[in-house]
Amino acid sequence: MIYSYYPGCTLKDRAKQLDICARKSAEALGITLQELPNWQCCGAVYPQVTDEIASRLSAVRALQSAEGGKLVTMCSACHHVLKRTAYDWNADENFRTKAANYLAEDGGYDGATEVVHFLEVLRDEVGFDELKKKVVNPLTGRKIGAFYGCMVLRPGKVLAFDDPENPTIIEDFIKAIGATPVKYPYRNECCGAYVALEDKGSAEHQVDRALNSAMDAGCDELITACPLCMYNLVENATAHKLPVKYFTELLAEALGVKEG
Amino acid sequence: MENNAKFLTETALRISGVNPRKCMKCGKCSGTCPNYDAMEYHPHQFVAMVEKGQIEKLMQSKSIYLCLSCMACVERCPRGVEPGKLVEAVRLMQIRQQDKNHKGARDIPEFADESVPQQLLMAAMRKYRK
Ligand code: SF4
Ligand code: SF4
Repeated sequence: MIYSYYPGCTLKDRAKQLDICARKSAEALGITLQELPNWQCCGAVYPQVTDEIASRLSAVRALQSAEGGKLVTMCSACHHVLKRTAYDWNADENFRTKAANYLAEDGGYDGATEVVHFLEVLRDEVGFDELKKKVVNPLTGRKIGAFYGCMVLRPGKVLAFDDPENPTIIEDFIKAIGATPVKYPYRNECCGAYVALEDKGSAEHQVDRALNSAMDAGCDELITACPLCMYNLVENATAHKLPVKYFTELLAEALGVKEG
Repeated sequence: MENNAKFLTETALRISGVNPRKCMKCGKCSGTCPNYDAMEYHPHQFVAMVEKGQIEKLMQSKSIYLCLSCMACVERCPRGVEPGKLVEAVRLMQIRQQDKNHKGARDIPEFADESVPQQLLMAAMRKYRK
């Protein structure tokens, strides 16, 4: 299996483990991730108004560079921005026309690239049953909560990643690597996002509420696909703390390819 | 509605794609909003106030910087009104004006040390400035 791969800016720096463990795990699973040449930042957030064209262009360039194949993302935010932009290109003529004018000199884009999250690759292409067979170091007995956050799920209609109100993909992933998934009510709510810089108190409020809910349900640790959730869950927890890891870190551990 | 209010209302509706007249005032958006307590105007009020043309009040309110863009209200509104898009539109209408950036590189608080991911800084600069 060969895919184009868009790592995104944070995975080259603060969230290196998300990237490194993904690459090692992919290799162990026989998946080739070909990093796009000269990719640019996805923009980090999707602009929710119709007249923001320029801020979606770097995402279109990534789609264009993947040349109509499947483009794999690891970070919830990159996934969100790229998938929504890919959707807009095909659904919104006004956006498509204007973006195409900007891109005219770099050659066109035919709208064919499909953006997929690595979790979707594991579920839909590798298959969780197959993944389970490749696990050499099952994480038996560990009670792990999935922190989905918002960006990987919503809007459900466009992202089509999982049921936005009752997702199971990360719990199924946790089962496949031999651990015990623990569901808790706030797993698909916001971590506080970028508002952490504007009003730290409101990020603390979101995080404390999520962590309380996870601890009440019996989670010993959490996993996420999002560097921003990771930051808030770790840095803005005031009441209780839980260890938080990227999902790829546990995947690499289970596949026996994690260093250190 | 006076002319300026009319113009602002039309702009907000056009760039957000929201139709406030679909709202049945059930309050579910505000019930699900994780930052309800911090916001002076709540998502259902955004919808009602835009419908009444009270955009300037919203543009001056801190609430536009406290919305998390979590899309809970967008996903859960039973009428597909998607109030979060209106909040985004009003915030952009405010910061797109000359000299109205809400934050710049100098406003990054001291606690934001090397643990802060690039994604957070990039997101904040995209949401809070032109
Ligand atoms: S959830 Fe939708 S219909 Fe209900 S008050 Fe909010 S905007 Fe109106
Ligand atoms: S998008 Fe904004 S207004 Fe809507 S629920 Fe989230 S924080 Fe509240």
